[in-house]
Amino acid sequence: MTDTSYQYVRHTEAPKLPPPGRSTGIIHWLRSNLFSSVSNTILTIVTVIFLSWLLPLLYNFLIGRAVFTGTMDDCRVETFGACWVFITGRASFMFYGFYPMTEYWRPNTVFILGLLLVIPLLMPKAPFKLANLIAFFVVYPIIAVTLLIGGVFGLEHVPTEKWGGLMLTLVLSVVGVVGSFPIGILLALGRRSNMPIIKTICILTIELWRAVPLITVLFMASVMLPLFVPSGFTVDKVIRAMIGITIFYGAYMAETIRGGLQAMPRGQFEAASALGLNYWKSMIFIILPQALKYVIPGIVGTFISLVKDTSLVSIIGMFDLLNAINAAGSDAAWASPTKSFTGYAFAIGIFFVLCFSLSRYAKYMENRLNTGHKR
Amino acid sequence: MAVDTAGRLAPQKTAFYNDPVIRGFLYQGLVILLVVAAGYWLVTNAITNLRAQGKTFGFDFLGNTAGFDIAFKLIPYDRTSTYLDVFKVGLLNTLLVSVIGIIISTVLGFVLGIARLSRNWLVANIAAVYVEVTRNIPPLLQLFIWYFAVLKVMPPVKQSFNFGDMFFLNGRGFYGPVPIFDDKFVWTAVAFVVSIVAAVLLRRWAKLRLERTGQRFPVFLTALAIIVGLTTAVFLLSGTQVTFNLPALAGFNFRGGFAAPPELTALVVGLSIYHATFIGENVRAGIQAVSHGQTEAAQSLGLKDNDRLRLVIIPQAMRVIIPPTTSEYLSLAKNSSLGAAIAFPELVSIFSGTALNQAGRAIEIVGMTMAVYLTFSLLTSFLMNIYNARVALVER
Repeated sequence: MTDTSYQYVRHTEAPKLPPPGRSTGIIHWLRSNLFSSVSNTILTIVTVIFLSWLLPLLYNFLIGRAVFTGTMDDCRVETFGACWVFITGRASFMFYGFYPMTEYWRPNTVFILGLLLVIPLLMPKAPFKLANLIAFFVVYPIIAVTLLIGGVFGLEHVPTEKWGGLMLTLVLSVVGVVGSFPIGILLALGRRSNMPIIKTICILTIELWRAVPLITVLFMASVMLPLFVPSGFTVDKVIRAMIGITIFYGAYMAETIRGGLQAMPRGQFEAASALGLNYWKSMIFIILPQALKYVIPGIVGTFISLVKDTSLVSIIGMFDLLNAINAAGSDAAWASPTKSFTGYAFAIGIFFVLCFSLSRYAKYMENRLNTGHKR
Repeated sequence: MAVDTAGRLAPQKTAFYNDPVIRGFLYQGLVILLVVAAGYWLVTNAITNLRAQGKTFGFDFLGNTAGFDIAFKLIPYDRTSTYLDVFKVGLLNTLLVSVIGIIISTVLGFVLGIARLSRNWLVANIAAVYVEVTRNIPPLLQLFIWYFAVLKVMPPVKQSFNFGDMFFLNGRGFYGPVPIFDDKFVWTAVAFVVSIVAAVLLRRWAKLRLERTGQRFPVFLTALAIIVGLTTAVFLLSGTQVTFNLPALAGFNFRGGFAAPPELTALVVGLSIYHATFIGENVRAGIQAVSHGQTEAAQSLGLKDNDRLRLVIIPQAMRVIIPPTTSEYLSLAKNSSLGAAIAFPELVSIFSGTALNQAGRAIEIVGMTMAVYLTFSLLTSFLMNIYNARVALVER
């Protein structure tokens, strides 16, 4: 046998391949994430150019050329920087509206008390959930209303027309959240009911409220509602807005909760019946605790929309945070070229902190609840 | 204990008020009674109040002269027009904002959704930051920013921003050219329609051929060639003249072309940007919802990249994307009512606002406005149900 019969056997070593690129470190990261292909490289360069225009602009406006101390005269210059003096100078109006200055401790107390009750409520591991729930949903509203409106226990009476600013925004949000939740549960249960008439009424209610924009609801609450109550019987303007927001978001909440009820396996309903629980007991002890857990992210999402939509009350002439900021700058004494930018930047900051923390919370709960389904 | 022939225990006797059927009737009767009573109470109150104010209920006021002017209208309207015309102007403006907003937000939303899934770290993260910031700020605040902080502080007419002598932007609004077609343009339009019909027929034929012989036909390129080629050929051969009516500075303002007031621009831009983030999230969720197994299955069937996307991935992603996106369109249409806050003359602003204040017909006007949005909503859910029935997973 000669060598020629093994022609397919290689006689010389194949040339060495170049070593593979680094698979760790910054260079590799840059190569795989920013410069993996020609189009990707172009995209990266364009983005970097855009950022190098945007970031200095933002920095200069918010910090670099901004006026932090001094008087409004310091703001009346031809540089594009935020006028934080405007915010600090008008802060009390933006936070409390026309609330009497000597009584600021009242909204402050309500706010801090609310925080103290809400934070343990949102923490899944905090103890005394039931007591906490009762404290927040039953006791707290009574204390808050007493403190904010006053007129009893020697507290000065503050009519709701004087409420404004961030305080009004928060009050509307909390009332909306607390009020829309039970309405949503009732409507959702009604929609899932076996009784045709109750089911129809709930479907009609939910669909009607969900079909119209919140502004028309607020318009209705402010111009149409007085026509439907006996003359002489007046409902406060702020309370009318609260009713509008609460019912409107109750309908949205109902649809979110219905999702949770529909996700419940049939066995849970049957098990509850087998234990001999009646409708309300099986709902309260078996179905709702599980169904609501399923849809916590959806519920928080609805709350986020609610917080954002409280700004609409400025259209019916209330001085919520947004309108207070608009109005705070309309006075000539507070005029400056960048005051509207500054005011809006401030509003963006507040709404972003509120809504973004809520959405992070929803995400956190989602991850926590997802553990059972992960494979 | 009584035992029937099948050996089962006879049901125990319960009190009639514990019988679920009777209870159901009782509860429902109670609810009906409550609803009717509440309705009766509200209606009698309304009647009493209206009588006390010397008003009647009815839609005859729609024929009365409104007597106020509207800054932006798509149909002829002046001070002598009626409240019905106000309604029409408002409805058309609402539709205009909704349609433009839906188009822009869809395009922007798809770009955002794809950008968030980009393999480019920088692009994906910028898109994420943009989405998080934009969707956590109230739309009304965004409108205010666009209107009061951006568009209202644009330079006066004389110092307008000039984009190639065609588009102008100043504190009074946004101006652009309007094409004017002569009589012969109708042939080009006919050719366009004919070519589209031809393209549809071509597609059908190509599909039949593919099923019969297995041979592929480059449908897209051919259809494009037919549409562009035929339309251009007819356009050139017929000798159609297209001129542009350019906006030009005349006196204190621009004349000619189209003029979008800052209110319209702010509303369209603000709503599009706000809702685009939600549509972007839908797109992202839809693409992510198609499991990787589908991609692998398509590859193992030997489908080309193009076909894999077109025949396997996109149809499945669309099934997830379209329902929430439709409700996003609906909420964009509803949010167009925010125009009332920046005095854009849409339905809520001029009809539920100005007209209501003048005519004082709260019930009729708010009712009509709500009916319009209700119609939008019902129409959308009707179309959505048809779509869902078509694309729903058919399971065994």
